[in-house]
Amino acid sequence: MNGDPRDGRIVIVGASLAGLRAAETLRDEGFAGSLTLIGDEAQPPYDRPPLSKQVLLGRVSAGDTGLPRRRPVDAHWRLGVRATGLDPLGKRVLLADGTEEPYDRLLIATGTRARPWPNPEEAALEGVFTLRTSGDAAGLAARLDAGPRRVLVIGAGFTGSEIASGCIERGLAVTVAERGPAPLVGALGGTLGALAAKLQRAHGVDLRCGVTVTALEGDRAGRLIGARFSDGTRIDADVAVVALGAVRNTEWVAESGIAAGPRGVTCDAGCRAFDMYGIVTDDVFAAGDVARFPHPLFEYQLLSLEHWGNAVAQAEVAAHNMVNPGPRRRPHLTVPAFWSSQFGLNIKSVGVPTFSDQVVIAQGSLKELRLVAVYGYRGRVTAAVSVNQAKSLEYYQRLIETAAPFPPAPGAADQGESPAPVPSDVPDPKVLSHGPTVALTGHLPDRRLTLVQPGR
Amino acid sequence: MNVVVDLNRCQGYAQCAFLAPEVFAMHGEEALLYHPVVPDGQQERVLRAVAACPVQAILVGEEAGTGER
Amino acid sequence: MAADPETLIERITDYASRPDPYPLYAELREHGVARQQNGSYLVGTYHEITALLHDPRISSDRRNRTEPDEAGDEEQGIPPSFIGLDDPEHHRLRSLAMRSFGPPHNPGRIDALHGEITRIVQDLLAQLRTRDRIDLVDEFAYPLPVTVICRLLGVPTEDEPTFRGWSDTIVSGLDPARGADPTERQRAAADARRAMGIYLGELAASRRGNPGADMLSAFATDPGPDHGGFNQIEIMTTAVLLLIAGHETTVNLITNGMLTLLRHPEALERLRDEPALMPRAVEELLRYEPPVQMLPQRTPLADIEINGVTVPRGAPLILVLASGSRDPRRFPEPDRFDPGREDNQHLGFGGGVHSCFGAPLARLETQAALTALIQHLDAPRLVEDPPPYRRSPVLRGPRHLLIDHDRAGG
Repeated sequence: MNGDPRDGRIVIVGASLAGLRAAETLRDEGFAGSLTLIGDEAQPPYDRPPLSKQVLLGRVSAGDTGLPRRRPVDAHWRLGVRATGLDPLGKRVLLADGTEEPYDRLLIATGTRARPWPNPEEAALEGVFTLRTSGDAAGLAARLDAGPRRVLVIGAGFTGSEIASGCIERGLAVTVAERGPAPLVGALGGTLGALAAKLQRAHGVDLRCGVTVTALEGDRAGRLIGARFSDGTRIDADVAVVALGAVRNTEWVAESGIAAGPRGVTCDAGCRAFDMYGIVTDDVFAAGDVARFPHPLFEYQLLSLEHWGNAVAQAEVAAHNMVNPGPRRRPHLTVPAFWSSQFGLNIKSVGVPTFSDQVVIAQGSLKELRLVAVYGYRGRVTAAVSVNQAKSLEYYQRLIETAAPFPPAPGAADQGESPAPVPSDVPDPKVLSHGPTVALTGHLPDRRLTLVQPGR
Repeated sequence: MNVVVDLNRCQGYAQCAFLAPEVFAMHGEEALLYHPVVPDGQQERVLRAVAACPVQAILVGEEAGTGER
Repeated sequence: MAADPETLIERITDYASRPDPYPLYAELREHGVARQQNGSYLVGTYHEITALLHDPRISSDRRNRTEPDEAGDEEQGIPPSFIGLDDPEHHRLRSLAMRSFGPPHNPGRIDALHGEITRIVQDLLAQLRTRDRIDLVDEFAYPLPVTVICRLLGVPTEDEPTFRGWSDTIVSGLDPARGADPTERQRAAADARRAMGIYLGELAASRRGNPGADMLSAFATDPGPDHGGFNQIEIMTTAVLLLIAGHETTVNLITNGMLTLLRHPEALERLRDEPALMPRAVEELLRYEPPVQMLPQRTPLADIEINGVTVPRGAPLILVLASGSRDPRRFPEPDRFDPGREDNQHLGFGGGVHSCFGAPLARLETQAALTALIQHLDAPRLVEDPPPYRRSPVLRGPRHLLIDHDRAGG
């Protein structure tokens, strides 16, 4: 790069939510040079959260979740072609079709893919699905339309739980298998995990916790017919959805010298990628699900967030920093937030619930299925999760931002009778089937424990 | 015309579900489901919903990445 | 009077301030949180109001005040409606009322009123167009929402003169100033609430045998969710709330709206040319001249700190929404009326769990009303500016708005 940062060549690898919002922000910030977006899916950017909700319910077809643009981006779109390598010295991205794209500055926004079922033969059985792409959703929705006799969902994280909820709403029989003690426990801890378990069972889910699926069984025609569990039991099932979390798409930069691995591409608070020696680069940036960055509200631990809102916010910061000189650059400080809807409930989170040692029901009650759970770590508020009470959440976001004392000050009109904090019981992710949607990739706060990708 | 709702911002005020009920629907008391591709004849209602959203969470625009390749 | 921040509430509620309270709001924002001589606290800055609207420790139930007033005395009248209650009770009653008003149980109800609203607007306009001088309040802005809310609730429009009297009395009881004999005013308000409640309760009960599509029929017959439907007292309090809110607020939004457009002819012209801008223009009116100026009912349930000022538990806390929506720290050029304003997260309908129940209806009515007025009134002009105002500083709007226009057909 010579001279004006608003000129030159920028390549964005990853043409989903983060890539799109980064491209728009670059143009908003006055970038006038050449802009290329590379995406391995053939479709233009589309929205993924509806895939496990509206689409699975059959209300919206899988091809109809295209994202609206904020503005024209005047970019060269290379869709349907995968990036296979990075040459940071020659400043080029190598592509699967043998071509290459030179850059002055590069944004890595390659996101994640669904973690596949570990046994490839079983994974290939007809009726076995993962859910990450629009194509996955189209296949699964069509299969559910055909009225399977039983759907097995493997892994009870957010995706698995939403799939189970959608199937129940469609009147299908569902079994959920989770290696951990409860659904959602990896993201929300013990109290809300127990609530999720109760809810699933109340809606008729055959929920099996503390078990793993040891085998998926097929017939001679290669169609799924059932599954065996580690407790010796077996079920008939003609559809299985593997919801074991996500794998970060970093293999293509593995040999490049960029600090990338199963936990993501490590970058600084300004989204600049580190190299393998921990030296920050100035021409390679990362944003979205694939990025791993230090957050000051959480003791500068490196966070990887598989959150829609993080993809947008981090892409905006990365793009801003790509076209601005050092002193004008901004840190990515957004408080993490996500939502899920399942079994008729709206679940929203701010902060990092897994960064906690205690939790308290600060408003409402588990019984009424309308509540706010507040999480604390060493006496300060670090997260809050609302169930059908989203209007209360921004109050707690302020408490998180100001590192307010935990438990939060009393006085809420709808506070329960004995709001005593209890241990938050966030399990070691090794014991879960589902991957955590927030990975604290340093150590968990209440014990020094290196976290590896689950399911390994 | 396509639409996306920032459901982190959404607090369930349901103004969109009142004003454009064929595009936005409450699923239970608080969760919002919507059609990302706005059906014909619903544009005016969707624009009313966009203006009315108390947390300004609804983005509407031309579908991204099309017509630019 | 010297500019003493402790007298702001008296100066704001002083009838002489009614045409233009905005300089007083600017003064209030200078002081952050302003303790008043009467022990109440005023908040007028955007970010602090937003925080308080979402703070679970702020009660809407006046019975939590250290010095409860008549409005909180159940022996005087009927218990509070959901606007004066906290969760979980507030949520239960509001959700029950919502079942016959909107999503998730009745999502198309308000959208389906579109045609009827347009018809009522056209009927009213047809009468207006036959005369050179009209009173927009009496002949248009008042009858429109009253007709709509009466049809929606299932209240006979011919009873309007009866409940208009009750309604006026109830609204004057909201006045937060402790002027001449507040006790008397509040007792009268409580009596009026009770009378109106009995009237609406009997009306609802009469529907049990032959329910219609109206909300009172639904209130009386809907078995509700697992924990049940309304009891008779709850029907009374809820129906009173909806009837009053449905015709004491939208009248001001429409009237303030037309007044503002007549004061800004370039905006009026722009809207005539670009009718698609009307939804945004109505949001801007809700920011710039909101019908509900303040929420006088709030009370902290614990000592809370706002901008370095501790507001003690039980003290009256007044959120001046109209001031927050003009806060220059939130809105660029806040005192400019800009019908195309995009970044417009105004406080016109409040916010948090108590955000306006009827907001979608008010929006549709006002959009339809203003669109029709600017399309069909030829060369409208204000007869007097400022117009005479209604008494209430809370639900603020002109008592009358005389407009001259060139009559249709000469």
